[in-house]
Amino acid sequence: MDEVICLGIESTADDLGVGIATSEGAILANEKSTYTPERGGIHPREAARHHSAQVGSVLDSALAKAGVGPKEIDVIAFSQGPGMGPCLRTGATVARALSIYLDVPLVGVNHAVAHIEIGRLATGAEDPLTLFVSGGNTIVTGYEAGRYRIFGETLDIAVGNCLDVFAREAGFPYPGAPEVERRALKGERFIPLPYVVKGMDLSFSGLLTSALEKLRSGRYRVEDLCMSLQEVAFSMLGEVTERALAHTRKPELLLTGGVAANRRLQAVMRAIAEEHGAESYVVPLEYALDNGAMIAWTGLLAYLSGVRTPVEESLIRPRWRLDEVEIPWLR
Amino acid sequence: MASVGGGRLIARGAEAELYLQRPWLDREVLVKRRVRKRYRVPELDRRLREYRTVREAEIIHRAKELGVPTPVIYLIDIPRTTVYMEYVRGRRLRELLDELPREERLDLFHRVGVLVGRLHRGGIIHGDLTTSNMILTEDGRICFVDFGLAEVSEEVERRGVDLHLMRRMLISTHYGYAAECFQSFLQGYREVMGDAATEEVVRKMREIERRGRYVSERVEDGDG
Repeated sequence: MDEVICLGIESTADDLGVGIATSEGAILANEKSTYTPERGGIHPREAARHHSAQVGSVLDSALAKAGVGPKEIDVIAFSQGPGMGPCLRTGATVARALSIYLDVPLVGVNHAVAHIEIGRLATGAEDPLTLFVSGGNTIVTGYEAGRYRIFGETLDIAVGNCLDVFAREAGFPYPGAPEVERRALKGERFIPLPYVVKGMDLSFSGLLTSALEKLRSGRYRVEDLCMSLQEVAFSMLGEVTERALAHTRKPELLLTGGVAANRRLQAVMRAIAEEHGAESYVVPLEYALDNGAMIAWTGLLAYLSGVRTPVEESLIRPRWRLDEVEIPWLR
Repeated sequence: MASVGGGRLIARGAEAELYLQRPWLDREVLVKRRVRKRYRVPELDRRLREYRTVREAEIIHRAKELGVPTPVIYLIDIPRTTVYMEYVRGRRLRELLDELPREERLDLFHRVGVLVGRLHRGGIIHGDLTTSNMILTEDGRICFVDFGLAEVSEEVERRGVDLHLMRRMLISTHYGYAAECFQSFLQGYREVMGDAATEEVVRKMREIERRGRYVSERVEDGDG
């Protein structure tokens, strides 16, 4: 079969990404433009405005980087959900227009599936237990009988959101989570904070509230708070991941999503994999944060398994759950 | 009492190592030792292990008073975060379910529902309701063996989380018959808790499932 080329558009939150992937598993381009709020968190409509203003130039630079002309694109993929409505809508509109204009099929991709698939492609993991951690997601998942089953997830906010909000309140520049990681390295004293694990689920809202109270009290070194916040959050993630690993007996452990860039979390996951005799994999930095390449690659996998998303079924799905998606390419 | 060294390692879970010891006064003794996790900072690691060791033994005792079969506790060694308890002979529900005819499977979940109802009515939240933590004993009882994440609470919120964990575990692990088993579970639960309290907990469970950021709006379809 001839090589198939897919262009993927990611726009679930603050990143607008365009990636180009081939059926050989090559990523030809992975371009992006990130919306930065002037203050506070991501404002969905502001982010969407940024995406629609930037999408033309990001598309151009992706095509140029890949050395591919528009006519050589065989499939258009887009992140259909889950994510922020206005942001998703912008990406979906562009994807539909491209699909009609170029007269090629359209494939709607689940954003969480894409984070797992790019992790598998980039690391070579085959059937991993996956911890997917980002600003909007905290999920422990593994493939079984046609789907990625969810073994554990957050009951309230995502771990990345917890770190970001703390960073913002501490006055760190946006995005703040990497600064929390840097400050944590200078932490000396562990400050007890609420540790909430329920079965294989987690809750971070009480942890965040307590860390913010201690921050505002001014009685603690901010470095100690950063260290303690990370230690408690990552120990919670470690515990549920370890439970899921013992439960599923998967031979591999994959860490993916934006928070996968954190070296302390990587060390926790490595230690757990080692203890259970599993191989440990971490998604490379360029594919950890939201990106277009993961949408292009996952769209290709779906396309090659016969998945198509007719325009009339291409409405965005802001709350599309990972475990609702059929995964025919792993069968 | 002999040390753990005298036992044979029979299982290594995520949190604890389980040893089967030589019989003590003709009883088979299971030793559950919460092991140090190198990935946790020592202060946090120590605090979690000691707290859970003590709390688990206390709640196992309370569960028995509520009519929920649990192992007999023989000894708690706090410095070594180790509990010595009765070794419950039988099979885990998780391994058993696929072999059972549908009627028996539904009956088991009905009985599990009754037991969880007793725990909740008595102010105990299990915190980790999975079929790996339930043993069908040789004399036909269902014994709950792991209370490491249990809490004392009468809050509807906590009860809702307990039921949510049960339902999600069924969907992720026993997807072939999750919906009907959960229905059967709820019937048993309702018999103990009554209609009003059950409705309230189920409503809370649905709210919790919608609270997670990216939960499908269609979660109320079908089961539950």
